[in-house]
Amino acid sequence: MNMLWESIRSALDSVRAHGFRSLLTSLGIIIGVTSVIAVVSIVQGLSYTINAQFAGLGGNSLTVRSYTPFKQQLQGNLAKLQDSDMEAIASRIDGISHITPILYTQSGTQGVISYRSQSSFTRVVGIGSSYLEVNSVYPEQGRFFSRDDDIRRRLVCAVGVDIIENLKMSEDAVGEFFRVGNEWCKIVGVMEKRGELLGFSQDDYVLLPYGTAKRIMGGQRDLDIQIQLLVDDMNRQDEVKERIRRVLRQEHGLKSGQPDDFKVQTAEQLTESFNAVINTITAVSAGIVGISLLVGGIGIMNIMLVSVTERTREIGILKALGATRQDILLQFLIEALVLCMIGGLVGVAIGYGLGALVSSLLPGFPEAHVPLWAVLLSFGFCAAVGVIFGIVPAAKAAQLDPIDALRYE
Amino acid sequence: MPGEKSSTVIELQDVYRTYRMGEQVLNALDGVNLTIKRNEYVAVVGASGSGKSTMMNIIGCLDRASKGEYLLNGTNVGHMNETELARARNREIGFVFQSFNLLARASALKNVMQPLVYRGIPQSERIRRASEALERVGLGGRLDSRPNQLSGGQRQRVAISRALVGNPAILLADEPTGNLDSTTSQEIMALIDQVHEQGQTIIMVTHEADIARHCNRVIRLEDGKIESDIQQVRHVSS
Repeated sequence: MNMLWESIRSALDSVRAHGFRSLLTSLGIIIGVTSVIAVVSIVQGLSYTINAQFAGLGGNSLTVRSYTPFKQQLQGNLAKLQDSDMEAIASRIDGISHITPILYTQSGTQGVISYRSQSSFTRVVGIGSSYLEVNSVYPEQGRFFSRDDDIRRRLVCAVGVDIIENLKMSEDAVGEFFRVGNEWCKIVGVMEKRGELLGFSQDDYVLLPYGTAKRIMGGQRDLDIQIQLLVDDMNRQDEVKERIRRVLRQEHGLKSGQPDDFKVQTAEQLTESFNAVINTITAVSAGIVGISLLVGGIGIMNIMLVSVTERTREIGILKALGATRQDILLQFLIEALVLCMIGGLVGVAIGYGLGALVSSLLPGFPEAHVPLWAVLLSFGFCAAVGVIFGIVPAAKAAQLDPIDALRYE
Repeated sequence: MPGEKSSTVIELQDVYRTYRMGEQVLNALDGVNLTIKRNEYVAVVGASGSGKSTMMNIIGCLDRASKGEYLLNGTNVGHMNETELARARNREIGFVFQSFNLLARASALKNVMQPLVYRGIPQSERIRRASEALERVGLGGRLDSRPNQLSGGQRQRVAISRALVGNPAILLADEPTGNLDSTTSQEIMALIDQVHEQGQTIIMVTHEADIARHCNRVIRLEDGKIESDIQQVRHVSS
């Protein structure tokens, strides 16, 4: 429409005429949009990479872990998963191609490793030989341990590349011995490098045969393990999950009505729960930004009200020349809208720049990623702020009596 | 001039404009009857507070009569709503003010284009008509000048060409030379005379006898009533 175009043109003229004031006016909006875009770009960048990492976990893997409700934890009744549970799952359920126990070291000394004068602290994990297939990680040098190592509880291990670095071993570390807890272990393999996630190295770990890990952990009989397994057929995942539930309930002697004392999670669920966290962060920051846009909007309303008073005479002239109330309303509304949209535009640009800067300055941080929806949402919000806070000044301008306005000094 | 039927441009029938100030009722216009025909050149004179401005506001469709009828080109303005009044101002009235009232931020050309915006005329056509109108008042070379870059006389020329660009039925001039020195006043009056000679109907408020002499009819208002209404022979500027 002709009038709309005219209003946009006149709004741009007016913004240009008061350049500095326009900048200050839309500063609130600029800051608001800048922060939302910066936060979203960083958070989305994170979620982007993390989702990619989780995809590597394999969509058809299941993880079973013990679960104790908080109240039970207080009473000291910790639920556990044990070897017998894994055996039951392995023997009584079909459709599982690989299954492995995972035993994390539980207390301080077991995580201390040393080599010559160097010592370090790391994550020591006991695993079955199927771990490789379930997690699709493979040794880069040397070999992985065999079934035999497991059964004979040999003191052999496969390590992540960081261990070599931290303990200042030579490049070719296969065959070296180092201390894990109180035992000497031989390195038989070095695993391929996985890189960093959220600034944390994923290559700082020692893998032991499950049997060996139990031995290192001393005589503790009722260790709590996790069970990881691969389902043959992706489509039967839910069915397998349900069967595991039934078997474990039976094993644990749970009566109907009692809640599960374990959880069966798919890789997808891990991603989902992570995404839930991401979404919460996004929502909270969006809320904060909403407040700053509100403040920005009030700033715009304030300046627009001043501007209407200041331009009372101009409004009178326009009315004398034949502007209707709607024409004046539209002109001032569009002006508020243009201020907000310019603020939004500048905010998106600065926000993206800031996000990219932050993620490039922090080592190991993923690249900033601004999704289109965030940009559109920001503009939508700016437009809404412009209309909501522009309507009062615009209505005030439109309602001016032309005679009074022309007489205004 | 076209047919006799349309020769009446303005007709005020027993027009009152009443202001209430608490208990007091003030009749700024107190039963005014007035007919103005096409191509008349009317001066409205009177002391301040006599009702000149009120009458001009009503004629200019900026205000409405409290009582009585106002026919503008045969259309009853009393029955118009806000938007129709704006349209009437846009199409039928051209205003020239004492203090020029140009849009300060806009160039001469944009000032003259502005009334055409509200008529929905496309930009290229607006530019053409507005530059022609400015050329007619001798400002063809100052299209891009802002009001503050123009002299008082030039500003009033811009205002006159803005008032006339839409071919209005009446030109309403409120003390058009009030802010100008005598030489410039004469130039502006010569321009307005010329506009009248081209067939334009003009109503002009003035308190200077010198200026009123340019007109062929002088209406004197007093206390909201027409005190005298005299036809006179125009004093043609040299």
